[in-house]
Amino acid sequence: MIINGVAIDATFAEAFPMKATRAIITAQNEKWAMISAQAMTGFATSVIACGCEAGIERVLDPSETPDGRPGVSIMIFAMGGKGLAKQLETRAGQCVLTSPTSALFAGIDGGTRIALGKNLRYFGDGFQVAKLIDGKRYWRIPVMDGEFLTEATTGQVDAIGGGNFLVLAESQPQALAACEAAIEEMRKIPNVIMPFPGGVVRSGSKVGSKYAALGASTNDAFCPTLKGMTKTDLSPEIESVMEIVIDGLTKEDIAKVMRVGIQAVCDLGSKNGIKRISAGNYGGKLGPFHFHLQEIMA
Amino acid sequence: MSALTFTLKQRLDQRVDMSPLVCQKLVDLELAEIAALTLQNGKRKIRVDELFGITGSDTQNIVIKNSFGKLDFIGKELDGGRITVEGDAGAYLGLGMKSGEIQVSGDVGLYAACEMKKGLLKINGNAGDFLGAALPGNKMGMKGGTILVRGNVGERAGDHMRRGNILVEGNVGDYCGSRMTAGTIAVMGQTGRYLGFAMRRGTLLLWNQPQASARFNDCGAHTLAFLPILFASFSKLDSKFSDSSAAFNRVQRYAGDMSEMGRGEVLVKIG
Repeated sequence: MIINGVAIDATFAEAFPMKATRAIITAQNEKWAMISAQAMTGFATSVIACGCEAGIERVLDPSETPDGRPGVSIMIFAMGGKGLAKQLETRAGQCVLTSPTSALFAGIDGGTRIALGKNLRYFGDGFQVAKLIDGKRYWRIPVMDGEFLTEATTGQVDAIGGGNFLVLAESQPQALAACEAAIEEMRKIPNVIMPFPGGVVRSGSKVGSKYAALGASTNDAFCPTLKGMTKTDLSPEIESVMEIVIDGLTKEDIAKVMRVGIQAVCDLGSKNGIKRISAGNYGGKLGPFHFHLQEIMA
Repeated sequence: MSALTFTLKQRLDQRVDMSPLVCQKLVDLELAEIAALTLQNGKRKIRVDELFGITGSDTQNIVIKNSFGKLDFIGKELDGGRITVEGDAGAYLGLGMKSGEIQVSGDVGLYAACEMKKGLLKINGNAGDFLGAALPGNKMGMKGGTILVRGNVGERAGDHMRRGNILVEGNVGDYCGSRMTAGTIAVMGQTGRYLGFAMRRGTLLLWNQPQASARFNDCGAHTLAFLPILFASFSKLDSKFSDSSAAFNRVQRYAGDMSEMGRGEVLVKIG
């Protein structure tokens, strides 16, 4: 399959099951909601070492938030429910509770309930106030700028992590420009996050390593500087490869955002140095969800 | 299916216990069986059809017509369904109500929604003393649900209240929110003396400044984030509370009752 001169490999992205949750952060203005959201989703690029994968889903209009203030929707993904709950609570406590004017609300009404502000209330040292409004429990925690309002729980649902595609280009600037274009379009799609810095990862990994202590290591088949010394997957003209990793609530959400992203890359086309789209395929060792690139783009 | 309608034939001198006529108790009964039920009337029992004309068949939608202030225990422990009272209701309206909705076009007597657990009670007229309170000797009043009163309310509204909302468009009498453990009472009109007497926790949300009390300490003026959410939850009610212009988030906060644990609050609208 070739789109605008870009070859779409007959391969698939291999993804795995995760647990996910969503929270809504509001603040006096969008600037401070975003600052809090960026803090809460910081150091959360990969479960390999961060404990979770997190990202900003989208900016919310005041009409979409529970308290009518500007807000940001964030999502957190982890390999299990316990880990997710721990990450959520720690991050909410250190990054949202601390952030001026912020409030924190559930972003998923159904699912298994996990603590959002339920345990942060103890920070109130007995001065905290509970309010049950429309069946939802809120905590009002007195803080130095007024009150921190937080919903007690949010929903945890089954989700999918590790959707991905690789952009193979003739130069590093061209690969990055294509990924930036893709991310700009992909961020318009709900229910997904691209957890790596700016949504793009340059250090794609393979499963396993020559070092026993490591579970993952550099994807040497896609490293352009190793073309002459490993079993490469790159043709001579490819000088740079970048990857976009996607976590999403459902298979459909990931397929949709992959299509949007790949299309944005292909729109730049071979005249902008984009030669191929491939995907992280680990031969079934990584996970049960397979996103076939050519089916997605058909 | 039309509403099961009880039309009062005569105003008896003695009070009537209406507790058998709730939706969940009538669900499998034929009209003749309902007619043959007996109600306590003073020290004697009276058949339902002796007191009421009965029409309709929907036991989940009960209408009581020509009601007056001696019909007690209407909607007692109501667990789903709807009761509409055309006229006044007596004491203990919606006592221990578990879910569903009761609407009264007129006034109601003492202890309305006493120890209510869930559901919605709308009173178009006035309510008597001990609205949403605990029964005498009991420690826990209303535990959930919403009471809306369009008129005025007597004394001791929300006495021992534990959770839920009491919304009053008119005035409330003395000792509003007394011994309250939690929950919210919102009053658009005037409040009487001894507001929040011995309240432990909970919120009294007022549109007008109450009488000053040494038992409450001024915590200053604040913009509270939970208030817009609270007002939004009232939006489905057909009430002044559902009018978006009624909403505010800027309040003067008083903490008390300081002679008790002092975790309660009186929030008074600013501006």
